[in-house]
Amino acid sequence: MPELLDLAERIVGWADEGEQVEAVVVHERETEVRAYEGEVESLISAESQGVGVRVVRDGRQGFAYAGTLDSDALAEVLAEARDNLTFATPDEHCALAEPDGVKPAELDLYRATLVDHPTEAKVALALDLERRTRAADPRISGVESADYSDSISESAVATTTGILATGRETGCFLSSYALAEQDGETQTGFGFSLGREPSDLDVEEAAADAAERSTRMLGAVKPPSGRMTVVLDPWVSAQFLGIVGGTLSGEAVQKGRSLFADRLGEDVAAPLLTLVDDPTDPAAHTATGSDGEGLATRRNVLMADGRLERFVHNSETARRAGTVSTGSAVRGYSSTPGVGVRAVSVAGGDCPPAELIAAIDDGLLVQGVTGLHSGVNAVSGDFSTGAEGLRIRGGALAEPVREFTIASTIQKMLLDVLAIGDDVRWLPMRAAGVTLVIGELTVSGV
Amino acid sequence: MKDRITRTEIGPMVDPQLLQDVLGEALATGGEFAEVFVEDRRSTSALLDDGRIEEMASGRDRGAGIRVVVGETTGFAHTADLSPTGLRAASAAASAAALGGGDGVREVVLDSPSGPPSAVVDVLPSDVAKDRKVALLAEANEAARARDGAITQVTARYADSQRRIQIANSDGLLTGDRQVRTLFSVSCVASGDSGLQTGRESVGHTVGFELFDRVDVGDLARRAAERALTKLDAVPAPSGEIPVVVGPGGGGVLFHEACGHGLEADLIAKSASVFAGRRGEVVAAPGVSLVDDGTMTGEWGCYAVDDEGRPAQRNVLISDGELTDYMWDRLRARKEGRDSSGNGRRQGYRYLPMVRMTNTYLEAGNDDPEEIVAGTDHGVYVAQLGGGQVNTATGDFVFGMTEAYLIEDGQLTAPIREGNLIGNGPAVLLGIDAIAGDFAMGSPGTCGKDGQGVPVGDGTPTFRVSRLTVGGTAA
Repeated sequence: MPELLDLAERIVGWADEGEQVEAVVVHERETEVRAYEGEVESLISAESQGVGVRVVRDGRQGFAYAGTLDSDALAEVLAEARDNLTFATPDEHCALAEPDGVKPAELDLYRATLVDHPTEAKVALALDLERRTRAADPRISGVESADYSDSISESAVATTTGILATGRETGCFLSSYALAEQDGETQTGFGFSLGREPSDLDVEEAAADAAERSTRMLGAVKPPSGRMTVVLDPWVSAQFLGIVGGTLSGEAVQKGRSLFADRLGEDVAAPLLTLVDDPTDPAAHTATGSDGEGLATRRNVLMADGRLERFVHNSETARRAGTVSTGSAVRGYSSTPGVGVRAVSVAGGDCPPAELIAAIDDGLLVQGVTGLHSGVNAVSGDFSTGAEGLRIRGGALAEPVREFTIASTIQKMLLDVLAIGDDVRWLPMRAAGVTLVIGELTVSGV
Repeated sequence: MKDRITRTEIGPMVDPQLLQDVLGEALATGGEFAEVFVEDRRSTSALLDDGRIEEMASGRDRGAGIRVVVGETTGFAHTADLSPTGLRAASAAASAAALGGGDGVREVVLDSPSGPPSAVVDVLPSDVAKDRKVALLAEANEAARARDGAITQVTARYADSQRRIQIANSDGLLTGDRQVRTLFSVSCVASGDSGLQTGRESVGHTVGFELFDRVDVGDLARRAAERALTKLDAVPAPSGEIPVVVGPGGGGVLFHEACGHGLEADLIAKSASVFAGRRGEVVAAPGVSLVDDGTMTGEWGCYAVDDEGRPAQRNVLISDGELTDYMWDRLRARKEGRDSSGNGRRQGYRYLPMVRMTNTYLEAGNDDPEEIVAGTDHGVYVAQLGGGQVNTATGDFVFGMTEAYLIEDGQLTAPIREGNLIGNGPAVLLGIDAIAGDFAMGSPGTCGKDGQGVPVGDGTPTFRVSRLTVGGTAA
């Protein structure tokens, strides 16, 4: 890792008088094993690296990147970025981040045990996952994919303004996608397990989840259309919470693209909802000590008891808003820093999911949604997504249902949160999931 | 200014002798097949947002992916280092990953370079001064804002890429391609009493900067603005099953999701598609003919050879309602003892190829588009679809509508708010009851599968599905 920082500092050292230079350097190693019918279908062993350089002069920024760390490429990237800035419109708020004195949280996100884990053991995990998924239920007819994947990544950011930041982390992931068949009908189900090192992984849980989620959909029918109380399971609620977090980006607010733009301090959600973005929580798989500009990440309360508390900022949007960065610059080496949440979660309730379901006489449990990219408009707030799940009748889970949509607006759904489960769980995305009961969504089926 | 690329630039990216050696070493552990895929991609993008040129960015990605197949197992490794040392290291990693049991180097002899010529590009984007690209953004911004004061935000993006690929494999194949793509998009926000609404338009072709000889970015911007403005008056979309008419060029996504993915041979082989085992059967209404065509010159999803070196083809998937064939990559085709259909694609050298669509379209029919609407008592007319998603194993798919209207008594009436529609592929194909003659290609798309995005095109004439579930909120 010192090498990455050295490299970043070397580029920064080439800055000319009167210009700011930022270099982001990333190195990543990945392994991916896919098992199929008791054999390894593919084994990918990958190592990649890249550098992104930003140059700012007179309020104009230029950017360039390359997917290599070859010395000859570095100078070329800097020259390209320098040339690119001449085409930008000057803007008084355009500048690199400055050190702000906030000390990055000391997060232990790196496990040497993953780095040293032999490939054969990773292969064995994928094969075991496939075998257990098949064995979990006689109705499992196949496994479309059973994957083990991991990554070991390191990064460094350096700037002429005095930022020096590094990070390294490991992560591994098991995912199984089961096919269940009965009477000529096929249903699918997904199960996973994730962690920072292989010993965190629970093969049995991933296999059992995939099998249960697929088999319980067998015999699913299309539900009638109507308004209904809907329970979102953690996998589904996390996807929505990530989208809600996205609407609170300072950039979206400043550019007139946030439905919450003028609503700071107002009640925008049910009073039981407290929403926090906290990348310093090591339990979040997206945890990180420093953001895309090299500033320390921090715990940001977005909504407290339903009241909108804050938007998130990188250094540029903070300057524009007359405030300080919330450590929310997000980026890869191939892009300039945007603004976004990283690790959103709601404060959990005190009710187990089963009790929440027991309290519903007539409703629907949604276990999967599709088409979030096409059915959610984060500017207007309208959403409508494909869904599958189980009916709830008389407080118990009843028949499976599929081929329907659930729809509302983000604004209304937040106000319609009736209850929150005690099952907050970090997922492989920018949010944690939790069982959420929504008072009313429109279900479109038959 | 025809094709100014110089001879050195179209020469081999990696020396064929070195490729031969690397392939030979890749087979050292007993592999049956080895392949080197070399890629060099340069891209430029420029972004105007909030009235300012925020950023111009340049990118360069260059490297090679090496795969080795042993029995049922594929080993894969990649490197950004195209030197003999870098390629040999990747080759060793790929053959180790394939876990074969052999030893020694096997000799591979590459044929002379072959394959169809790359498309001719009139004006390479790299030969165009950056300020001309930036000027297009300013023009689009002004045109959209001038359309109406209610347009409160405009984002315009220009992007080009020049991708060179070289493929060599242990069957002796040596080929390559150069693919140049140029894209322009405009997104607008309109503000009104009903809140914020968005409108987007994009155009993208596998051509160079000559794209702008035939595309007026001002017109594109005005259409995006119009779409956002229209939706300020939108009523909630219906909820439930009703007839849906899709306008010309707007509906390719429906076929891409309803059956396109389900006809990809990798999913068929795993019985993860509702269309598995159904070749020769009637799967769609009479008159439905669906084609995937990678040879459509200039379209967003076209190329001379795919990312396994196979020339692009025109593949008829459904002919007058009958399922004629699936789409194939090399791996799946080899298992069936047939040829690939030229559908082996990958996002870049860091990825394994798999079966992907190119330009997928519904062939024109004979109905009159106006009569289709007039003959629909109560339904929805979708002028533009957004993205979509499918579960190929169940056939259930969704797609978004980004511009749509109610049809009442055979007339288009109020615009409706955004949302998804949901259907089941086999049922929807059989439920198509009208196809017009007004074929048009749609907007450029990026198709995502298993974490990889590739450019795809689509097209349709006006058509009607007798029943589809519209996922709105209206009672």
